[in-house]
Amino acid sequence: MISLCLASVIIFTIVEIAPGDPASFMLGINAQEDTITALRAELGLDQDKLSRYFSWISGMVQGDFGTSYTYRSPISNMIADRIWVSLPLALYALVISTLIAFPAGIYAATQRGKVGDVAVMGATQFGIAIPNFWFAMILVVIFALKLRWFSAGGFVEWENGIFQSIKSLTLPAIALALPQASILSRVMRSALIETLSEDYIRTARAKGFGKRAVIWRHALRNALIPVLTIIGLQFSFLLAGAIIIEQVFFLPGLGRLVFQAITQRDLIVVESVVMLLVFAVITVNFIVDIAYAIADPRLRRRV
Amino acid sequence: MKNGSLIFGALLSVLVIIAAGVSFLWVPFDITQLSIPDKLQTPNKIHWLGTDHFGRDILSMIMIGARTSLAVALLAVGIGFSIGVPLGLAAAARKNSLIDEVIMRTNDLIFAFPSLVIAILITALFGAGAMNAIIAIGIFNIPVFARVSRGAALSLWQKEFILAARVSGKSDFLISAEHILPNIANLLIVQGTIQFSLGILAEAGLSYVGLGTQPPIPSWGRMLADAQTMVSFAPHLAIIPGTAIIVTVLGLNLMGDGLRDILDPRVRKSRE
Repeated sequence: MISLCLASVIIFTIVEIAPGDPASFMLGINAQEDTITALRAELGLDQDKLSRYFSWISGMVQGDFGTSYTYRSPISNMIADRIWVSLPLALYALVISTLIAFPAGIYAATQRGKVGDVAVMGATQFGIAIPNFWFAMILVVIFALKLRWFSAGGFVEWENGIFQSIKSLTLPAIALALPQASILSRVMRSALIETLSEDYIRTARAKGFGKRAVIWRHALRNALIPVLTIIGLQFSFLLAGAIIIEQVFFLPGLGRLVFQAITQRDLIVVESVVMLLVFAVITVNFIVDIAYAIADPRLRRRV
Repeated sequence: MKNGSLIFGALLSVLVIIAAGVSFLWVPFDITQLSIPDKLQTPNKIHWLGTDHFGRDILSMIMIGARTSLAVALLAVGIGFSIGVPLGLAAAARKNSLIDEVIMRTNDLIFAFPSLVIAILITALFGAGAMNAIIAIGIFNIPVFARVSRGAALSLWQKEFILAARVSGKSDFLISAEHILPNIANLLIVQGTIQFSLGILAEAGLSYVGLGTQPPIPSWGRMLADAQTMVSFAPHLAIIPGTAIIVTVLGLNLMGDGLRDILDPRVRKSRE
């Protein structure tokens, strides 16, 4: 809660001290001084900073994000439209990342030091080093332009068929997931290797459980804590990383909204979207903390 | 084989550094000269990596772009290091004090921000350009270095030799500077390499969306942005700068991993 308040102050300050007056920007360079003053009054820009901050915050708590300077439409509507692109995209990427990372990490851990391990770890090094927007471009060339399996960009609205929408998010999600899947595989591997060296694993093995049973029944659950942490952290990377990927695929998500707003000096939109993202990140981190308690009963007492 | 990743990583990194260094003295072609008749050539004997849509030599642009990438990332890591490490050391020296609390909570706060979003916000509002990109990337390096140095310093404060230094009457500041810092240098170098590679990726991303390095200065990210509309008929425009980024980041990451294996005795032990 405190971090949310502080975050809102920081975002507000950054946007405030940035050069460029929205009113004079909207009216162009030839605008009369009195027109600018009138517009500033209409937008509420003539009030002092403190009261503007509080009206922004109190509005946001009630779900009223204010009105866009440029489009004169409620920001909450604009965000609501676009969040149905960005959020599914991030979740889709998270699912892909997890689906790749779990088997890859577990496999590498069980093959520790062997060829399979080296191959998986080498692949993840590449996955981390590849810029995802570049990977996105390559995906477009191969799967959209050459093979024509997917469209090169744009988004099919959900009303026009869920399957089509998901299809239009597939390439962006894969591009977004690649680095995260690589990081997650490495975390999965090292967490599993660490738990496999614990005494209770040796005990279980000594009691006659097979290697497979030990991994599935004992080690995996205990290795899940660091993995969950990273998944939580990754969600914020995915939401934020989506901004650039959305540019590559011309997806009408929050990222494009922010970019348009920035170029049009539509500061209140920028503030609100960034605040929303920070809110999402902090909430996800909180959920991860709760997930710990579910995965590891030992942590319940401490919480 | 044990140091394989270190050697391979160092080789790749040195290759990029040499390319950047040589570009100060010599590049194959002058990239300020546009030559439309030579445009969009694929790699050939004259233009080893081909030419772009203005007929500029891509190898020359990659070499100068290496300079941009390395400089931006290095300065950004420098900001994080020079502010983050003293903060981390101060927090460790006054464990559980108000200073420690304030520093670490501020750290948590910066961590909670989606770094890319804020970097975009900063560069967009204060003007796109290499300098603002450096600051934006640098800010998010501060908590990383603060956290690493605090964590490492905390365990050192329990050691006998620090106790001895305290008994001899040294101030916390002197102890941090003379005893703690040299002992955590290894860790900081490893972290530095990782942050350096992340900085390269971040610069490429910002330049790609037009908020980082501005034309006419070549930057790998910008080259990719220019390539986007032409990628279907001139894929080399995208493949080459992308490969440059991958080689650099891969080299730095491998070097970081290798250094950690050598410098951190705990990892070394567990590997043996």
